[in-house]
Amino acid sequence: MDYQEILANYADMPGGMIEAFHAIQEKLNYLPEEAIVEAAKVFGKPVSQAYGVATFYSMFSVEPRNKNVIRICESAPCHVAGAAEVVAALEKELGISMGSSTADGLFTLEFTECVGQCQSTPVITINGKPFLDVTPAKISGIIAECK
Amino acid sequence: MAEEMRIVLRNYGKIDPLKIDDYIAVGGYNSLNKARSMSNPDLINEVKASNLRGRGGAGFNCGMKWNFAYQAQADQKYVICNADEGEPGTYKDRLIMENDPHTLLEGMAICAYAIGATQGFIYCRGEYPSVAKTLKQAIAQAKEKGVLGDFTIEVRLGAGAYVCGEETALIESIEGKRGEPRIKPPFPPVIGLWGKPTIVNNVETFANIPVIVEKGSAWYAAIGTPSYPGTKVVTLTGDVANKTFFEVPTSTTIREVIFQFGGGIANGKGFKAVQIGGTSGAFIPAANLDTPIGFDAMTAIGAALGSGAVFVLDESRDLVDVTARIAKFFAHESCGKCAPCREGTMRVHDLMDKINAGKGVSADIALLNKLGRVMSYSCLCGLGQAAPSPVLSTIEHFSADYNAKLM
Repeated sequence: MDYQEILANYADMPGGMIEAFHAIQEKLNYLPEEAIVEAAKVFGKPVSQAYGVATFYSMFSVEPRNKNVIRICESAPCHVAGAAEVVAALEKELGISMGSSTADGLFTLEFTECVGQCQSTPVITINGKPFLDVTPAKISGIIAECK
Repeated sequence: MAEEMRIVLRNYGKIDPLKIDDYIAVGGYNSLNKARSMSNPDLINEVKASNLRGRGGAGFNCGMKWNFAYQAQADQKYVICNADEGEPGTYKDRLIMENDPHTLLEGMAICAYAIGATQGFIYCRGEYPSVAKTLKQAIAQAKEKGVLGDFTIEVRLGAGAYVCGEETALIESIEGKRGEPRIKPPFPPVIGLWGKPTIVNNVETFANIPVIVEKGSAWYAAIGTPSYPGTKVVTLTGDVANKTFFEVPTSTTIREVIFQFGGGIANGKGFKAVQIGGTSGAFIPAANLDTPIGFDAMTAIGAALGSGAVFVLDESRDLVDVTARIAKFFAHESCGKCAPCREGTMRVHDLMDKINAGKGVSADIALLNKLGRVMSYSCLCGLGQAAPSPVLSTIEHFSADYNAKLM
């Protein structure tokens, strides 16, 4: 399904632009410019407003991202539980820094704020799925699972 | 010795959350039937008399709020559940929705009947895709059984914006826009979603409703602290032995939460500070540990109950480092609509980073105090108003941590 079809599915939902953006990202992992322009048309809004929505919410990306989007929580409970060491281990394992993507098209690293799994800090998510009580030692195993 | 008391988590682990028959077997949806046999004013008065106050952070009397929407004249009214719990360290609403979704639906349906609404929305945070799935399944089951009558509920997914926990920002987001708070008044019970009267309550607030209708307002009002009766789900994080959750009466003290339920400080260390209510809460020193976790008692010590998150720090922690991290959070999450918050959170972050890096001077602390005070009364919404409280409270109670890092 391409973005035109997805947008058409949500056209009749009042305020459905955010739901439509979620659905597009589910397929493409980001929101291409053409999709944002098309969304403005479908929902009868100026392009500026559609772009405003796409860039307001941290889960939406207007830049292409790789197959596995890894987000590391850096909120206070994860911070004191050692999130910085997990970040360092991920950067080392993948050979990239936070906010960038691997050349093989497999991984993108992003920061996030609290993901609500605070019983088991530090927490990372991969494509929305939480991984709990993460330690630097667990990183290579988690990455291998995704390959 | 304080004891746990489960009202909103009464079915936790006892029923299969994905089976509506399990919920019905333990008396589920009886309260909705009972509510529908009452007149709207009688039902609203019952909720008002229970003195249930919002579990989302503002602590407003729930029945009173419902009455505003009931009295508003409109062709359409809405019921919204705020399931956008974004306060770091908080996962109470997730527990309720994952383990007992029907109690939320029942609470919303009772509210819908009370105010005369036929359409409801659950605004679930984007970080909880599996919860949204559970809710959709529960809604489909309730529809199939016909228990909700003419009330329909739709789930909308947030997309990672902390400010959308603010009710008017949340409404903007359901309308498909940027989640920027509206100027109040008018308040949502008068002019809310698509300009119609709207009730926005938190998950935990709605989960209390079926029990209040079942057991009566007098029963509920007698639990915990009289001015903020009932229970509160607390989630324990940081340097506490038991990083888990409890539901306790609101008369329980902070000391009991940390040292009795939480098993004390992890690794045999000493207590330094606790931040309650999420990342926007004040840091509380040992001297105030005997404060009950009621709304007004917490306000009286310059703190807030907020979401009920309990973030414990041991004696080895550097509060300047933790507060600098929190300052970054607010600089990131400020929506940018009002200048005091947009510029203020950025400046607070700059100053905290400067001090944390060992480059600060005492004049920076004076600046932080002044800026924080200005933000607390000039920001448009609760985000900016509460953002300085971790900074102001650590400067007040833990000045040694700051002084140790000054040039």
